[in-house]
Amino acid sequence: MALSQSFDLNIRKRKPGRHHSVLPGFNLALGYTLVYLSLIVLVPIAAVFIRTAELSFAEFWEIVTAPRVVASYKLSFGASLIAAAINAVFGLMLAWVLVRYSFPGKRIVDALVDLPFALPTAVAGIALTALYARNGWIGQYVEGVLGIKIAFAPAGVLVALVFIGLPFVVRTVQPILEDLETELEEAAASLGARRWQTFRYVLLPILLPALLTGFALAFARAVGEYGSVIFIAGNIPLVSEITPLIIITKLEQYDYVGATAVAVVMLVFSFVLLLLINFLQAWSSRSIGGSR
Amino acid sequence: MSIEVRNIHKRFGDFVALNDISLNFEAGQLVALLGPSGCGKTTLLRIIAGLEQADSGLVTLEGEDASDASVRERQVGFVFQHYALFKHMTVFDNVAFGMRMKPRAQRPSKQQIKDKVHELLNLVQLDWLADRYPSQLSGGQRQRIALARALAVEPRVLLLDEPFGALDAKVRKELRRWLRKLHDELHITSIFVTHDQEEALEVADKVVLMDHGRVEQVGTPEEVYNHPATPFVYSFLGSVNLFHGRVEEDGLRVGSHAVPHAQDNFTQGSEVFAFVRPHELQIITDAGQSQGVAAKVTRVLSFGVSARVELEGLEKDSHTTNDQHFEVELTQAQVSELALVAGQIVRLVPSKLKLFDRPGYVPADSASIRGLNASSDKVIGKVL
Repeated sequence: MALSQSFDLNIRKRKPGRHHSVLPGFNLALGYTLVYLSLIVLVPIAAVFIRTAELSFAEFWEIVTAPRVVASYKLSFGASLIAAAINAVFGLMLAWVLVRYSFPGKRIVDALVDLPFALPTAVAGIALTALYARNGWIGQYVEGVLGIKIAFAPAGVLVALVFIGLPFVVRTVQPILEDLETELEEAAASLGARRWQTFRYVLLPILLPALLTGFALAFARAVGEYGSVIFIAGNIPLVSEITPLIIITKLEQYDYVGATAVAVVMLVFSFVLLLLINFLQAWSSRSIGGSR
Repeated sequence: MSIEVRNIHKRFGDFVALNDISLNFEAGQLVALLGPSGCGKTTLLRIIAGLEQADSGLVTLEGEDASDASVRERQVGFVFQHYALFKHMTVFDNVAFGMRMKPRAQRPSKQQIKDKVHELLNLVQLDWLADRYPSQLSGGQRQRIALARALAVEPRVLLLDEPFGALDAKVRKELRRWLRKLHDELHITSIFVTHDQEEALEVADKVVLMDHGRVEQVGTPEEVYNHPATPFVYSFLGSVNLFHGRVEEDGLRVGSHAVPHAQDNFTQGSEVFAFVRPHELQIITDAGQSQGVAAKVTRVLSFGVSARVELEGLEKDSHTTNDQHFEVELTQAQVSELALVAGQIVRLVPSKLKLFDRPGYVPADSASIRGLNASSDKVIGKVL
């Protein structure tokens, strides 16, 4: 009722500064979004911060800069960034193949891409460990012959993170590639551009925003990943221990405050990195949008 | 630069896109490839550009076999129907693209590129848009930028694929006049594809008419319009009334109606297509007249310089109409003299008929005029 009244008022005498929109329901939609976001995301995160506030700053600092914890940040964020970068390159390639070529079994390959989404992460972890362990199918050659240790080493963490991050880049880039007119490439070729020039100057700028989104998603997923990593990592303190494992370990020792303190650092780190990626993405999509 | 294609064949699966095409494009001419959609004109253009490979046949550029050369090597400028501008680049960068992609040794200096881009933008009269992005331009402006971009690499040939197809009627008219002017200044050998006969006749030095993957006629606009070589060309260029008839000694028998016609060298009894342009049909209002095809007036459109009368064919000696439509063009004076009203029964007598053999004629089988179906929207009248 109140809504319809204000609607009438709007028509009769338009208040200064209030415009009649062709898209009604802005207030309602925004209100709903904020409440939803608060309940699902903001309140739990706020709880983490509030819990941490029980500590003095000195205590907090001591917990979050303990050598074992610092080593875990390096591994978690470093491996996540590298894994996301690997996925950006090969995900783009995979998306390209799926969009541009037709080959027998294409649909099956397309469906396989989503498998890391659907598979329980523990299953993925156990399977990867079995493969890359010294007596595994791949491990016996890589470790036995080449001498590169993958399972129970930082490299194993990377392998697991690449595995679970694969679908993100493929699925964000794929629709953009599908919409891309082949005429653009033909135009570039007719203007004398070589294949790599066409890719570098015509295709990549158009794909970059989607590629960055996929990168950000794969990175975020990798930072938070727990299940698949702990099986293959070996969890050696200072060497192959990821931050989520540190948190779980603290929880198991009933050190709730310590766990939330580490979680706060992780949250802030992740937020800053994602924010940076978002800025990059906004910048790159502005440069292709032209107007707007 | 002259272009020659010889015995070009191209199929897409079961569909024959080009069937033994041989054409010669003289240097410095502006040639139109004209035909209905699906006639193979765009495919031919893309084969000349190197964007598509022919199944067999030769493409020679300036006497040199270019069949295996890539698009890059052929140095052709290509303009797409939907512009294909790089939307993440400004107008300036779009035009400069071709020059910047050159190998370092051949690449002009920054200043040379800048001068050349502004020169080209001035040529297409859009220098003031250099810093804009393609999404901020109108369709006509985009196509002119696309043309400037293609000219920037100094192509030996300019190929345009329905360049005005996506524009509205007024801009299209403006741009085609402008294209003709530009061609007169640059004299670069150009081929453009269109399905718009008016566009082809107005702009081109030479028109190549194509249908079903074959060349129907090649000639100047005057030649193809005034002396159509095939029924397809006749019906595709301009409005036309079509009769299916049989040659008899006193004229042409169209269904149950007799139409006077001076004897050509057609043998008696042969089945023919007869074409009449709208201005070559006379309307006889005298009820006693027995010659000509009976028809009923449906609409009189008397605006413009000349008036048009639309009619429907009548069955033999009855008042039921069949689904044959006719169009007659008269002067305004004639219309007011005849005082035609809708529903009036008249007879149509052609003052000039153009006859074509109906090969493989099977009575009442529309498949025998397959060649005409593709352009049936242009064929107004049909009497069986």
